[in-house]
Amino acid sequence: MNSRKSPVTRRSVLKALALTGAATAAGPAFWPRAEAAGSLVVGVIYVGPKDDYGYSQAQAQAAAAIRKIPGLTVVEQEKVAETTDVQKVMASMIEQDEATLLFPTSFGYFDPHVLKMAEKYPEIRFAHCGGLWQAGKHPKNVGSYFGYIDECQYLNGVVAAHATKTKKLGFIAAKPIPQVLRNINAFTLGAQSVKPDITTQVIFTGDWLLPVKEAEAANSLIDQGIDVMTMHVDSPKVIVETCERRRIHVCGYHADQSALAPKGYLTGAEWNWITPYTTHVKAAMSGTSMPNILRGGLKEGYVKTSPYGPGASAAARKRADGVKAKMMKGEYVIFKGPLKDNTGRTVIPAGTSHVQTDVVLEQMDYLVAGVIGKV
Amino acid sequence: MSSATATLGVPAADTPPSGESLRERFGGIVESIAIPLGALLVAMGLFGLFMFVIGKDPLQVYRLIYKGGFSSAFAWQNTLQRGAPLILTALCVALPAQAGLIIIGGEGALVLGALAAAVTGHALDGSATLVVQIGMALAGMVAGGLWIALAGGLRQYRGVNETISSLLLTYIAIAVFNQLVEGPLRDPASLNKPSTMPIGDANMIGSIPGLDVHWGLVYGIVFCVLSYGLVRFTTPGFAVRVVGGNVRAARLVGLPVGALVLGACFLGGAAAGLAGMVEVAAVHGTANASLIAGYGYAGILVAFIARHNALAIVPVAILLGGINASGGMLQRHLDLPDATVLVLQGIAFMTILASETLYGRWQGRGH
Amino acid sequence: MDSGLGWLGVPLAVVGGALRVSTPFLFVSLGECLTEKSGRINLGLEGVLVMGAMTGYAVSYYTGSPWLGVLGAGFAGLLLGVLHALICNLPRVNDIAVGIGLMLFGTGLAFFLGKPFVQPSAPLLHAIEFGAWSDSTQIRSALRVNPLFIGGILLALSMHWAFRNTRWGMVVRMVGDSADAARAMGYSVNRVRLMATACGSFFAGVGGAFLSLYYPGSWNEGLSSGQGLMAVALVIFARWRPIACFWAALLFGGAAALGPALQSVGVTGGYYLFNAAPYVLTLAIMIATCSPHRTLAGAPGELSVTK
Repeated sequence: MNSRKSPVTRRSVLKALALTGAATAAGPAFWPRAEAAGSLVVGVIYVGPKDDYGYSQAQAQAAAAIRKIPGLTVVEQEKVAETTDVQKVMASMIEQDEATLLFPTSFGYFDPHVLKMAEKYPEIRFAHCGGLWQAGKHPKNVGSYFGYIDECQYLNGVVAAHATKTKKLGFIAAKPIPQVLRNINAFTLGAQSVKPDITTQVIFTGDWLLPVKEAEAANSLIDQGIDVMTMHVDSPKVIVETCERRRIHVCGYHADQSALAPKGYLTGAEWNWITPYTTHVKAAMSGTSMPNILRGGLKEGYVKTSPYGPGASAAARKRADGVKAKMMKGEYVIFKGPLKDNTGRTVIPAGTSHVQTDVVLEQMDYLVAGVIGKV
Repeated sequence: MSSATATLGVPAADTPPSGESLRERFGGIVESIAIPLGALLVAMGLFGLFMFVIGKDPLQVYRLIYKGGFSSAFAWQNTLQRGAPLILTALCVALPAQAGLIIIGGEGALVLGALAAAVTGHALDGSATLVVQIGMALAGMVAGGLWIALAGGLRQYRGVNETISSLLLTYIAIAVFNQLVEGPLRDPASLNKPSTMPIGDANMIGSIPGLDVHWGLVYGIVFCVLSYGLVRFTTPGFAVRVVGGNVRAARLVGLPVGALVLGACFLGGAAAGLAGMVEVAAVHGTANASLIAGYGYAGILVAFIARHNALAIVPVAILLGGINASGGMLQRHLDLPDATVLVLQGIAFMTILASETLYGRWQGRGH
Repeated sequence: MDSGLGWLGVPLAVVGGALRVSTPFLFVSLGECLTEKSGRINLGLEGVLVMGAMTGYAVSYYTGSPWLGVLGAGFAGLLLGVLHALICNLPRVNDIAVGIGLMLFGTGLAFFLGKPFVQPSAPLLHAIEFGAWSDSTQIRSALRVNPLFIGGILLALSMHWAFRNTRWGMVVRMVGDSADAARAMGYSVNRVRLMATACGSFFAGVGGAFLSLYYPGSWNEGLSSGQGLMAVALVIFARWRPIACFWAALLFGGAAALGPALQSVGVTGGYYLFNAAPYVLTLAIMIATCSPHRTLAGAPGELSVTK
């Protein structure tokens, strides 16, 4: 870097500080080569806007939390497409910002983009959200973190079952992929653990962010008599607000949406990414080996539930808290046999239990009995 | 009555190329370099003013744009890589424009080209690498070409406005693509990211030696040069421009208008389909929803800024790539939102388009 | 009433969807219709729509009045329209290209300035309950109509009337059909087009406010999935007739509701294809009704897309 230029740079930074009064974010991140030498630079990449009330926001909250760690600098970039764009963004963070730990947070970044960059930059740590890292097949400097949020969706289902009068629940999802199917199934099984004849109607919108279509899906479901809704889309804001306007109950997803539905919000399934972020940052700072697989549920602090809303009855809270206590002790199994899917096929034989860490669950390709919809 | 090509910005075919005086020709070259550069400077000034108003230091912003897009070998590779797909998708607008058609459906041709390439690549897996790659390229070009030719045919034989039909066809192409990728063509092993069967690592086309930029850049430049030659120096190219300039005149002199329109559309669609093939064969290895990244739409902008000149497309696409590359710097170091890049592009292109009015003022021709 | 409607829900959802989804299409297509009647095309209304959505939401949030938000959205649109018109008034500048640039600029500016408004909740527009007579919550919901929708119908009717019966309407049409004739009559072609583009963009901005202030009723960056662009297409589909713009918007809105409605009654396969229904339908109707042997009836003579 040209040393002749740095006084100008610093003066400009000061000017920016004076101009904005809110340049705290700009200050320390600036010219890491000159000012942040010897410390850890972390790059975080989002697929959507980082204030989407959903997936990216949950990640951004963790990024904001680790920002407070002394000696740590965070650089962020949002709305990065799952193309060569993300490869170039990762490379820029490494080459131009000297980042040594990256959080590419969208599932679609993993193969081929993260894998390719990890091979090219073996000294850099890549902590990816959701990918299934396999020993021997994938580079050692890649780590995968993910949370068993289906536990929270199961609890959503328990609370929803107490709130529904029609015994018809609704689920608006983007695409029929294993992560999503697991949530739909857990939600339904949770509800059926209270009232076995409950059904869940699913609508797949086809993409992760389609506000008008999501609102249309919510209205269609409500017209069909559904009175409790939940979802798995990137930004649940529109669905939660539509449910509140149509006066039905709703369970949130990704982040806390209770402020959007003060009357109808029951509870919600939230990520708590601070836990894996902190683990990765500590490993990077101390130089220990890359944690390749980080998984956890309520017990490990990877996910959490939203506080109960006014619609959650005392009985619902009691029942859900009971299940949650067992989950916190690691004693509760959601997916156990005998379990049939909605075509009548036995998917888990009697006597078999899949604990959360079982990778079979990460390959789920069915909807359980009681779900109306097709994979 | 204003002819279609005049409004499209395509130079009219009947301009006698040899009748220009040296002074006029020289003036034209100076203009075509000085005017866009001047417009770009004005745009940077306006953008700096905008940054100043919202409380950022414009000099800092310029420095970061330079650093992110153009300062080093790394930055240039970033810029070139981002510009590469836009060269091919811009041709999907520029080539039909020679025949007087405004096509905005490059995104649809790209995704269908990618799908055809991925399916072909998987089907041919095991053959010689070159055979697989050529097969993929042909499949992508034919699929994309036919899709845009459909829009051209609807226009030619049914009178359906091609701008609308190509837009509608894009939405339909994406729906078909998604339905097939998540349905019959899905690789059962692609769990959380539904994709077609992989074409196999051996069949990937990889990067240009010594550069971290994939071969799509070279394909794009070659396609542009060939297109320029075809349009400028061959009889069919001249005939297409006559069709674009005045359909009635073209019919009067007995030109096969339908074939020329379909041909221009097919070639344009083939370029976008090739862009799809490159995304599959150089980047993703399969066809999946990540391909739908808006390259087709960005290409429209590139083509109009380049005034549908195939050679001008290359620098314009690279400029757009550079702005995109530098956007990351602005986000990461000034905490500006990603939309900053859109604002900069918007200002830059509005200014460049407004500067079109200046052409011809210093050529001694008047107007 | 607790039970669902079953299959009866599908036509009801289509009607309800038509009433809910069509309004932005209606306003943008009426705005574009006015602009194109004056002989100029503004492809940038997508950007205007998004800018209107953001401005409407922001103004409503700050003032507490959603109707001020609608007005603000209109004026934001108007400013972008003036920008488009001023640039296009320069000789040899291509209106289609400027429109594409405006689409980018408007969207970018809206995203840039709209960051602080993604999280807060602004007061929304209230609906008129045309279904109050019914006991069925579904019918009440389907017939909950926003005043802007009524406003759109009135706007379509008055534009239809004004194009035929007012001096202003005739001047706009004359400028659009033959600039030379208008000049000969002593009208400034550029000034008329400036007015038409500005007013048209005002309408498109109002259409954006409907998205953020009524349905789906929040501001975020995915709010418009090309509604502004499609609405421009609908104008040609409607042959530059304001009343036909209304029917086209209604048809498009209803078709958009078909996919989710079918899934809600259990038709779950092929949802991508059902979701593409509005586009297929529009294309099919265009193929069926167009003819290569006559130019489009009603097309303004100066318009570059129709020749």
